[in-house]
Amino acid sequence: MTDDRDPLDLLKAGLKAAPPPPDPAARARALALAMENFDRLQDSTEAARPKEDRPPQAGFLNGVRSMLNFLTTRPALAATTSVAALIVGVAVLLPVAQKLPVAPGQPPLATPAAAPQPPLPEASSLAQAAPPAPDTPVATGTVEVPYPAPAEAAPKVVVDMPEAEAAAPAADATLDYLAEASPRLRREAPAGGAEILPEVVAAPSVEPMALPQLDPNTEAYATAEANPVKVTAEEPVSTFSTDVDTASYALVRSTLNLGVMPTPDQVRVEEMVNYFPYAYPAPEAGQAFRTTVSVMPTPWNEGTRLVTIGLQGALPAIADRPPLNLVFLIDTSGSMEDPMKLGLLKQSLALMLPELRPDDQVALVAYAGSAGEVLPPTRAAEKDKILAALDSLAAGGSTAGAEGIELAYKVAAGMTAQGEVSRVLLATDGDFNVGLSDPAALETFIARKRDEGIYLSVLGFGRGNLDDATMQALAQNGNGTASYIDTLAEARKVLVDQLSGALFPIADDVKVQVEWNPAQVAEYRLIGYETRALKREDFNNDKVDAGEIGAGLQVTAIYEITAPGSKALKNDPLRYGAAPAADGTADELGFLRLRWKAPGASESQLTETAITGREQATDDTRFAAAIAGFGQILQDSVYLGDWGWDQAIALALDARGDDPFGYRIEAVNLMRLAQSLDR
Amino acid sequence: MLMDTPDETLAQAANGGDRAAFATLVGRHYDRILGLAFRLTGNRTEAEDLAQDICAALPAKLRQFRAEARFTTWLYRIVVNATHDLRRRQATRARAADGWGDWEIARQDEIATEREAQDWLAAAMARLSPELRDTVALVLGEEMTQAEAGAVLGVSEGTIAWRMSEVKKRLRAMAAEEAK
Repeated sequence: MTDDRDPLDLLKAGLKAAPPPPDPAARARALALAMENFDRLQDSTEAARPKEDRPPQAGFLNGVRSMLNFLTTRPALAATTSVAALIVGVAVLLPVAQKLPVAPGQPPLATPAAAPQPPLPEASSLAQAAPPAPDTPVATGTVEVPYPAPAEAAPKVVVDMPEAEAAAPAADATLDYLAEASPRLRREAPAGGAEILPEVVAAPSVEPMALPQLDPNTEAYATAEANPVKVTAEEPVSTFSTDVDTASYALVRSTLNLGVMPTPDQVRVEEMVNYFPYAYPAPEAGQAFRTTVSVMPTPWNEGTRLVTIGLQGALPAIADRPPLNLVFLIDTSGSMEDPMKLGLLKQSLALMLPELRPDDQVALVAYAGSAGEVLPPTRAAEKDKILAALDSLAAGGSTAGAEGIELAYKVAAGMTAQGEVSRVLLATDGDFNVGLSDPAALETFIARKRDEGIYLSVLGFGRGNLDDATMQALAQNGNGTASYIDTLAEARKVLVDQLSGALFPIADDVKVQVEWNPAQVAEYRLIGYETRALKREDFNNDKVDAGEIGAGLQVTAIYEITAPGSKALKNDPLRYGAAPAADGTADELGFLRLRWKAPGASESQLTETAITGREQATDDTRFAAAIAGFGQILQDSVYLGDWGWDQAIALALDARGDDPFGYRIEAVNLMRLAQSLDR
Repeated sequence: MLMDTPDETLAQAANGGDRAAFATLVGRHYDRILGLAFRLTGNRTEAEDLAQDICAALPAKLRQFRAEARFTTWLYRIVVNATHDLRRRQATRARAADGWGDWEIARQDEIATEREAQDWLAAAMARLSPELRDTVALVLGEEMTQAEAGAVLGVSEGTIAWRMSEVKKRLRAMAAEEAK
């Protein structure tokens, strides 16, 4: 070869060009074979895998096709008219049977449904096993006859039934009703009487919201029981406040690295998901943030889908950020005496200093026994002075948290000039027990200071004393983030990589509201965000506080949704549910509304986006799903079925994509560790 | 509407019995299946047979598809496995020469004005072991990342990197031979 190009490039060019164009005949042959086998498979396994998780609009035809298959099999052809008549009977009786409270062991309504069995035992079993007989010329003739018969007969009879009167006042309501009845019919008619009985008896006994019993562990959720499945028809709107905290993930990591399984109350799924950077597209110029929606099948439940909503905050030009005023409020109580607490804290702050501009100002306030200003406001350029003050910190005494916070805010207020950003960074192991008579008063105090423009973020250190709930409450009221720092690497992620995001708000009071379309989504469940739930009416109320989004930060929320008619539904459909909207929006899954305020503004802005269900999933969303699964396994969630560590690890590994900082592979290794600990 | 539905959603619908979804899915991916089968075997007839077998088995196979993998990754894995099965069958039939080798022999009988690059490709592929051939078919032919190719072949990213450097070495050796 005389070519001096890289041989790999040559090989690549050759391989790219190598495949011949597909032969249309071979292609058609292969596709026809695929469809043939597909149809055969549908027929042979129908009883084992009911097809009810198809898109709902296809439900009626689905039933008809199944009837056709059923009727065109040879045994059925031998008994044409009687079968058609029996099917009409089943179609009418079953819907009634579902609605009536039938006690177990009292099967009067099930008996007529089971009636097809005695006259046609072979027909029902063979209908499942026998391959379709499309080649039988007789079939075409027979197909035409029974099809209109049940379709027309059923609504007529339904109108006559007294129980059905309310359901059938309008013609289209009746059609919907029939469309619902048909899949039932299809599922139960060929299955034989033995299986019908439990079906019918079980259906009415399901309470709305009846979930498998929760593990006793989950009772430890004082404020945050896992979000339940909501029925769209009853509660179509889901509202929550954004949460950019990541403390829970670091907490879980630290616990696992101690060789202990985290307890469910240490796990906040949304904080675990939000720990990881995702490649969401950047907002357009002038916009505070941009939403990215994607829809994918749920890894742990084939009857549902995951809708992932990602918010990407704008990253304003760092170069022209205003000077920053930081007050470090440092807990130097006796419990901080630990290289993993005060030692790590000093190292962390030292890491952060080079990231600051010369014009930024830093002050240190320590609190232990009595609060005191260790370092008056000092320009970041005087690095040596700040480091020396840091070094002089020593632990001792008890915690006077409230007094320290008041002093820190006073210092911060003195530093703030026009147009500058001030923030108090509280570094603690979370022990706020001494000198605090009323935790609620402290939160109110922080909230009032927030409205005056001074925000609060919390850095948690060390284990054993950590008061996670107080940290969360303080940071949420202070428009800040709560981070848990267990390693120097985590300190770097929080204080160096995300400095601008953690300290520069671009949007305040960011609220998310999703309205689900009952025609497409029968049930939904928000994964995580339990501590951030808002009332529906709070969405439009600008007085109600919500989460802030900092520069360049991301928020991800995941919903698990179930289509009407899916076998994964937890609740029975309502008999008298409103007819779904029939206009152009009927195809949409839902509608996403966002409200936020520009920092300091009192009026909110609104953005709206339709969720169509055709948004592509990426590796990012699939990785987020794996992490959501990870969190739910740790929470002993009842929604995962037999989906476990192996599947979560496989999904995370497969979807880890570009992972320049190694955060994702670290999560996979944590899952492996948890799997071993879980045994 | 089906045209822009993601693969994974189509697969889920097809598993639920949606015929149109399955037809869209298999129609969308036939060319991809054939392309990879050809890059793996270097033989048009074999590639077409493989593609047809895979299409025929797809309805049943699809039931094993879980949302853990991207659909295309999963599909590539099926094509690779089908090719491996074929190779095994050929080996038991004691057919020493496999695809790319056959192709080269056939080429040499053909008119000498055949494009030189194609001959070079066949010779190069024939020289690589089956593992290396699988790897270059995915990494170079399908332009996958090393991580993706590793996921399809069930080996680590590092193994793929090592195999690619091995391929490079062999190609250089081949080029050096030719230069003599």
